[in-house]
Formats: sequence, structure tokens, C-alpha cells
Amino acid sequence: MRYAWRQMGLTGAMLVIAGPGFAASSPSDPLNSVMWEVLRDQYFAGAPVVFDDAVKVTAPAAAEDTRAVPLSVDATALGRVVEMVAIADLNPFPLVLRYHPGTAAPYIATRIKIQQATAVRGAARTADGVWHVSGVMVDAAGGGCSAPPASYAQKDWADHVGEVQARLWPAAEDGVARLRLRIRHPNDTGLVDGIPAYFVETLQVDAQTPGGSPTLARIDSLEPVSENPVYSLDLRPPPDATALILRGRDNQGGEIRATIPMPPPGAKPAMSLKPAGQSWSVGQ
Amino acid sequence: MSRTFLRRLMFSAVLAAGVMAAGVMAGSAAQAAGPLTYDLKPTRIAPDTYVFEGSTKHFTRANGGNILNSGFIVTADGVIVIQTGPSRRYGEEMRTAIRKVTEKPIRKVFISNLHPDYWLGSQAFADVPIAALPGTIAGIQEEGNGIAENMYRLVGDWMRGTEVTVPTEPVYGSTVKFGDHRLRLIPLSGHTAADLMILDESTGVLFAGGVIFCDRTPTTPHATVADWLKELDAVDALDIRLLVPNHGHIRPDKACVAQTRDWLTWLDGTLRHAVESGLDMAEALELPIPERFQVLDVLREEYRRSVAHLWPKIEQASLPRVN
Repeated sequence: MRYAWRQMGLTGAMLVIAGPGFAASSPSDPLNSVMWEVLRDQYFAGAPVVFDDAVKVTAPAAAEDTRAVPLSVDATALGRVVEMVAIADLNPFPLVLRYHPGTAAPYIATRIKIQQATAVRGAARTADGVWHVSGVMVDAAGGGCSAPPASYAQKDWADHVGEVQARLWPAAEDGVARLRLRIRHPNDTGLVDGIPAYFVETLQVDAQTPGGSPTLARIDSLEPVSENPVYSLDLRPPPDATALILRGRDNQGGEIRATIPMPPPGAKPAMSLKPAGQSWSVGQ
Repeated sequence: MSRTFLRRLMFSAVLAAGVMAAGVMAGSAAQAAGPLTYDLKPTRIAPDTYVFEGSTKHFTRANGGNILNSGFIVTADGVIVIQTGPSRRYGEEMRTAIRKVTEKPIRKVFISNLHPDYWLGSQAFADVPIAALPGTIAGIQEEGNGIAENMYRLVGDWMRGTEVTVPTEPVYGSTVKFGDHRLRLIPLSGHTAADLMILDESTGVLFAGGVIFCDRTPTTPHATVADWLKELDAVDALDIRLLVPNHGHIRPDKACVAQTRDWLTWLDGTLRHAVESGLDMAEALELPIPERFQVLDVLREEYRRSVAHLWPKIEQASLPRVN
């Protein structure tokens, strides 16, 4: 299966027209997921879709903790990207997040819950409206989405909701500054009987500058993002930025707000592991 | 692929009979027709002392979970069994193999920690005392069912009939005598919250449990690295003649104490450095591993599992609060 997928990558991106009228012309899903056609129609309705290894999805071949599976989607090889999505096909809620990179690099990393072994995908929409889709298989024991958040076991969990830890590394030669952040939040799916869904829905990062606060990037996140959500983003703060402002809201109206200081003088850029031209999809 | 595998597992009991019949009729598919067996053969490593050597791989449907070095000591007071393996079938085969060596009854079983390959065979020893540290007993009571379920998922039919058998006898740091064998029970924590090592003072054989790995990448699902490093110091202070790790090679020296220390130190330091340097956990899965660790089996896979176990806590401690 993986071999076939690589072959596809080598022969170049294949165009699929999403929609019932063109279903017969769709190349089959390289990951052979039973959900692919449904998800394609649901999340990319009417838009052209290609399977494209230029989008690099990294996740472990086997989930060690189904409540917190690391996942990154890197579409920097595509150049300018308007929107990105992450999808776990066999989750009760397949859509993980939508990322609007704005001026940021089209790269996002987080941790997700998966309910069972599944295809995990990343997709990036370029300015021409085409969705570029890639993904890996993640094997798993069951239950990551239907387990209650661990934080509910702590009596004072509610006192800490919305606490933010974050750090910004200065821009490297490629011009992007790594932001890592962690938010205390149960991020509960609502699948446990009697416990309502309670998760962060929106996050945006603005730059604080003398001339205003331009938005650098925006995330619409959903149930599958792990408890205490963690994100890595590669931003391009303007040169006169004095701080970054993180604003967010959960589905029960709770506000998240934090001011992230610029890196101290002399701080080193984040480590980069990106070797040129090497595929990053880490399925097996 | 994995989804169909799970579905197949649900029907495996029904299908097994059909597959076997088809194999016989076709006059082929001999491996499908053969019963599952671990083919356990004891190796004598010291006077009265035997080990069943397992693979250094992961749990697979090929090895049935036989990735450990279980053992037994034949004393004048009966047989002392150390670890019971990953399944009821393993425990039963172990008992049969012990019977071929000695007619003496099983006197007692020791379990070194809560990981699946140490104790899921205990059903075959339910008629004798099964001893473990209180922390191991509590861990099996709490996590045992989940651990057993995951083993069914990982190795399939080898697990048939296996049920959680909780150790019956709490033991503590002490020296106990069986016949001529003085066994020093050494309670530690680090690899898991309760690690039992057993040093046979009469032969100098140390059954180190999960504290030492030898040419096999250490596992960290319940590990606290700083405490584990102290466990290694404790092993260094012991006078031993033979070291039996639960996973990997048996050696007459302490080379694998140093190897385990080297790995843990590198692993912990590398992940801390990566967090400090702004890497994401997904990127950390791909960090290069130094050449000297290539001697450790299942290196990259076990490293990635360790990233999952250790990274979130390091990250939580490292990122500064900003609101």
C-alpha cells in the first residue's frame, strides 16, 4: 500500500474532481480508507482534489497514547497556501482542525485523539482552489475519543482552564519564527455520557505593533484536538512587533487571552530538521 | 490494513477451523494447520538455574509475545519461577517444560513488574503463591485488564483463554531462603513504579527484570528516567556473576548496565534539548539516533514510543506561563 502510494507521488499529483458526476474518474484513495469519498464530499465539496506527497504528514505508525498522537502537516513545498485541514478518517468527528496560515508558513503541528486505527490526513488549499491531500496510517488500540479527560480527576481543574504556556523563537534564515503554545483545557469531546462537549473552537495570533494588531494566523479547532491543546506554528511577525497576542474561545464561550513576549536579544532560532527534498511522511 | 486486521481478529475463532480444514484438503498451508507453540527450551545458566530465552523484538503475531527471558531455580524446597510470560499458553508451556527438568513442585512465583510479558502467564500457576511488590500488585489491579486487552490486539490468538491473574502475595526488600538458595529481593523504582530484582546469592545470578536491557532498546511507558538511573547505580553496587535482563542478552558482566545508562541519558538529554530548541513532538520522532545505539534491537520504534511517553511532561515543564 505504501509502495503504491509512493509510486503515485512519483508520477505526479493526480487530479480528482470531487462530485457525484465525476466519481468514476476519481483515482482511488492511496490509503484505501472506506471513508474517503464521504469525507471528500463533506470537506472539499465541489473543489478539485489531488493526492500530493508535497504535503508532508508526520504521525507515528502506531499510536502509543490514543489521546495524544503527534501530528504535523507541512505544506511549505507548495508555496502559498490559503487553508489547511487535518482529518482522522475513522474518528467519530473526523475533522481535527482548519488552519488559516495568513502570512505564516503553511505548517501546523499538534496532538490529536484517535478512536481506532485510521488514516490521518493533511490537506492544503492553494490559491488556485485545488486541495492537495496526503496522509499516513496510524494503528491504534481503541478509545482515544471516548475516554474522559484526565484533568477532570483533579479537583481544581476548572481554576486552571485557559492558562497558556508559550514561547516564541526568533526567525531563522527562512524568515519564519517558531511559536509553541500549550493551553490548559479539558478539550472534551462530549462522548462520555452526561459530560457536555467542551473544547477550544478558535485561536488566533495577532502581532502587537505601534501601528495596529495584524492577525498572523488563525485556527478553527474541533473535538479531536487533545486535552491541553499544544500547537507549533511558523509565523512571520512584522519587524516592529513588540509582542504576540493569542486570543481564543471555547464552545461554551470561555475566552482565552495571552500576551507572548518577543524572544530576548541573542536568542537562537528554533532547531530545524528539514533536509532538502526528503519525504517526511512517516507511516511505517 | 489494520482495520481489516481487527475485523479479522473478531472472526478468527470461527475462521481458524475453516482455514485448517482448507489447508489439509489442499495438502499445503502447513503453517496455518500447525498449533501455536512457543517451543520453550530451558537453557541452564548456573547450578539449578534455567532461563527461557525470548526474542528481542516487539510483541508480534509471529512471536506470540515471547520477548522475555523468564527463568526458574530448582531448589530442595521446590521450584522458584521468575516471570510467567505474556499469555496463559506461555505459562502452561513453561510449566510443562519445567516438569521435564524436575519432578519437584512449584514452590513460588515472582513477578518483577506490571508489564504484560512478566505476568499474563500467571493463570498457569494459580495453585501456588504468586509474589510481587505491592506497587506491582496495585498496578496490575488498576491496569491489568487494559494491558491484557492490548495484548489480544497485538498478538491475537496466542492469547486465547488468558485472563488477568493478580499476584497473591506482597513481598518487600528481604532475603528469603529456599533449600540452599538465598534469594535477595531488591525493591526499586524507575523503570516502573515498582521493580523487583532477584539476586540469588548462592549462584550470583541477578534476575534484573526491566531495570537492565541488553542489546534491546529500553521501554519507558511507566518510566521515570531520573529514578531509573539511580536503579542502575544500585545494580553497579551489587556483586554478581551473571546478569539476566528480562529483555536481551544474558552476560557475565555489567556491560549492559552501562549500555542502559548510556541510552537513558542520551534519550532524556536529547528530548530536553529538542524541547528547548523549539521542535515539535512530531519532529522529535525523526531525530537522528547516534550510530553506537544501532546494536539495540527495535531502536527507532522504541525510541518513538519513548517520545510519546516522555515528551509531554518535558514540554509542560519547559514552556513558560504567559497569562
